[in-house]
Amino acid sequence: MQKLMLLGDEAIAQGAIDAGITGIYAYPGTPSTEITEYVEHSREAKEKNIKAYWAANEKTAVEGAIGMAYAGRRTMACMKHVGLNVAADAFINSAITGTNGGMIVVAADDPSMHSSQNEQDSRFYGKFSLLPILEPTNQQEAYDMVHYGFELSEKYHLPVLMRITTRLAHSRSGVVRKESRDQNTMQLPKDLRQYILLPAIARTRYKGLLNVQKDLITEGENSPYNKYIDGADKKLGIITFGIAFNYLMENFPDRVVPYPVLKISQYPAPRKMIEKICKECDEVIVFEEGAPMIEELLRGYLNNSLKIKGRLDDTLPRDGELNPNIVGAALGLEISKSAAIPSIVVGRPPSLCEGCSHIDTYLALNEAIAPYGKGRVFADIGCYTLGALPPFEAINSCVDMGASITMAKGASNAGLLPSVAVIGDSTFTHSGMTGLLDCVNDKTPVTVVILDNSITAMTGGQKSAATGKVADICKGLGVEPEHLHIIKPLRKNHEENVQIFKNELEYQGVSVIIPTRECIVSLNKRMREKFKEKKAAV
Amino acid sequence: MKKDIILGGVGGQGILSIAAVIGYAAIDMGLFIKQAEVHGMSQRGGDVQSNLRISDREIFSDLIPQGKADLIISVEPMESLRYIPMLSPDGWLITNSEPFINIPNYPELEKIHNEIRSFPRHVLIEADKMAKEINAAKSANMIILGASSPFLGIEFEKLENAIKAIFGKKGDDVIQTNLNALNLGREFALKHIK
Repeated sequence: MQKLMLLGDEAIAQGAIDAGITGIYAYPGTPSTEITEYVEHSREAKEKNIKAYWAANEKTAVEGAIGMAYAGRRTMACMKHVGLNVAADAFINSAITGTNGGMIVVAADDPSMHSSQNEQDSRFYGKFSLLPILEPTNQQEAYDMVHYGFELSEKYHLPVLMRITTRLAHSRSGVVRKESRDQNTMQLPKDLRQYILLPAIARTRYKGLLNVQKDLITEGENSPYNKYIDGADKKLGIITFGIAFNYLMENFPDRVVPYPVLKISQYPAPRKMIEKICKECDEVIVFEEGAPMIEELLRGYLNNSLKIKGRLDDTLPRDGELNPNIVGAALGLEISKSAAIPSIVVGRPPSLCEGCSHIDTYLALNEAIAPYGKGRVFADIGCYTLGALPPFEAINSCVDMGASITMAKGASNAGLLPSVAVIGDSTFTHSGMTGLLDCVNDKTPVTVVILDNSITAMTGGQKSAATGKVADICKGLGVEPEHLHIIKPLRKNHEENVQIFKNELEYQGVSVIIPTRECIVSLNKRMREKFKEKKAAV
Repeated sequence: MKKDIILGGVGGQGILSIAAVIGYAAIDMGLFIKQAEVHGMSQRGGDVQSNLRISDREIFSDLIPQGKADLIISVEPMESLRYIPMLSPDGWLITNSEPFINIPNYPELEKIHNEIRSFPRHVLIEADKMAKEINAAKSANMIILGASSPFLGIEFEKLENAIKAIFGKKGDDVIQTNLNALNLGREFALKHIK
């Protein structure tokens, strides 16, 4: 079969195309974005009429997938780890409804927070919802597991959670494809009450979910992705989860580990295998890429008699991603000493692009708000979060998608006046609209700045659900037209823009200012394409 | 055969075009490859790197262990130094000499160059200037790749073929420009290491 060089994300996407999905739903978020982008741009997907849907947020994405699977089709929903928080209501309840067509939810975790505000471990959501979890070790497994995951999902009529982390998502390797499979035909669930979670039905369905748990454990015992690799030296047993296996193997150049190794990539974790390694070995070390979820289970709350080493006893760092050196050091292997970074090297933090519209907005906002003093600008998640860094130092918060507006409201309610929210267009339609409605209903004195650059910029320029709609949405939510301003953030409009900010900061009600100018990266890209087209036409 | 390579630069400088050519050539030679990239926030003008691993045996880790990289290839001089902890004691440091200054506290360039020169195995190349001289301002990356070519363990012809394949769609002129750049970089490095 054909071999492709794919990112882990792309391997999942190609797997989904080949396993016969009908549609994929997502909100962009690093490190998950490339899954849906790949389907969006895949010629094969187009030929097979497989659609990629950028949803307003992760919750609407998962709900779209639940609906598509209701209709008997195979579907996938993708998001970054914190996106699963947004989608949690839909996701957890999808375990109770179960599924009709195959459904996989992919959560891409970001340990070490390369591009995130926390490093939560999505496996907890799998455990919480009692659903099977797949955690591929490499790009090939990521591809294969999509096929396998859909089979598993349709066998048990349950959604499956696939958990990956940054290093797999954004690393490329060769992937061998399988035979591709046709899409499911549309077919309603056999029981048309399956998805009605009225208490009486939900109780029955929940019992069903509990009853199937023992079968899911058996699936884990028999999974081709969970392997017990024996070793002669029983002083130590090693349990690895997901990509931690790679870091272990990296430390043994001849690929032979002297100790028994349990490689786990499917959950519920295989109980008998774990029991075997714990019984056979004097000590067990647990390598998890993320939180010590299974380590804590093995250890027991009261630290039972097993000798367990891992993240909870300082054998491994409690936070951050693993790497070959950390794993090697934990095994007591000699780690090659390396030189330090020369002291002349200084940090180079990311920054707003030259010509970015946010720069002009922040310059105007900073000037207008200066008389009131610092500490009153609540921001959100996107490129504009970089306004926290010098030379702007314009914002004071970045917590979760949409929190800018509601935090500004709370602070205003507490007496902080003026109180300002700064939010991007895509973040606004993701989770900001409801907060603005709260402000309007309460007539809270807040100045809401919605930065409209016509794109979801930080994640590489996906279509924004808000494009062309921001002002109308605000009007529809009840923002007074005389306190709704669309401004063009440009140097030459600086004085005029500062005055608009100044006026609205004084207004004792809800004002919305929408600085509107296309993202400079997307503009340049568009111009380049236009130029190419023109050249081709000549 | 094993080559572990750190590619360094600043978000937007296009280090992945170097990775793409090496990757293509490695696959052409039937080698295994893994390439970890940086996506997301850092791409906005921050420091970015890619771990490129080539081997004739299956590769496990997507990340290169510290102190084990055979090569650092950087399109920016200060960025080349950021990855020194990754470099093996007998590894090579190949870097553009021309800085990308987007921070207010960029160190004095001469000091950066001296630091680079303090490594016994280095190639410091004026890639941007050389690219301009052959009217190939956009091909500085291929000059740096050319300068790295003696150390890659990949046949030079395979790199040329990779450029032909990757830039194929852009027409013969673009291919030739990039091939010229590649050759120029290689000649410089070969002269330099004599």
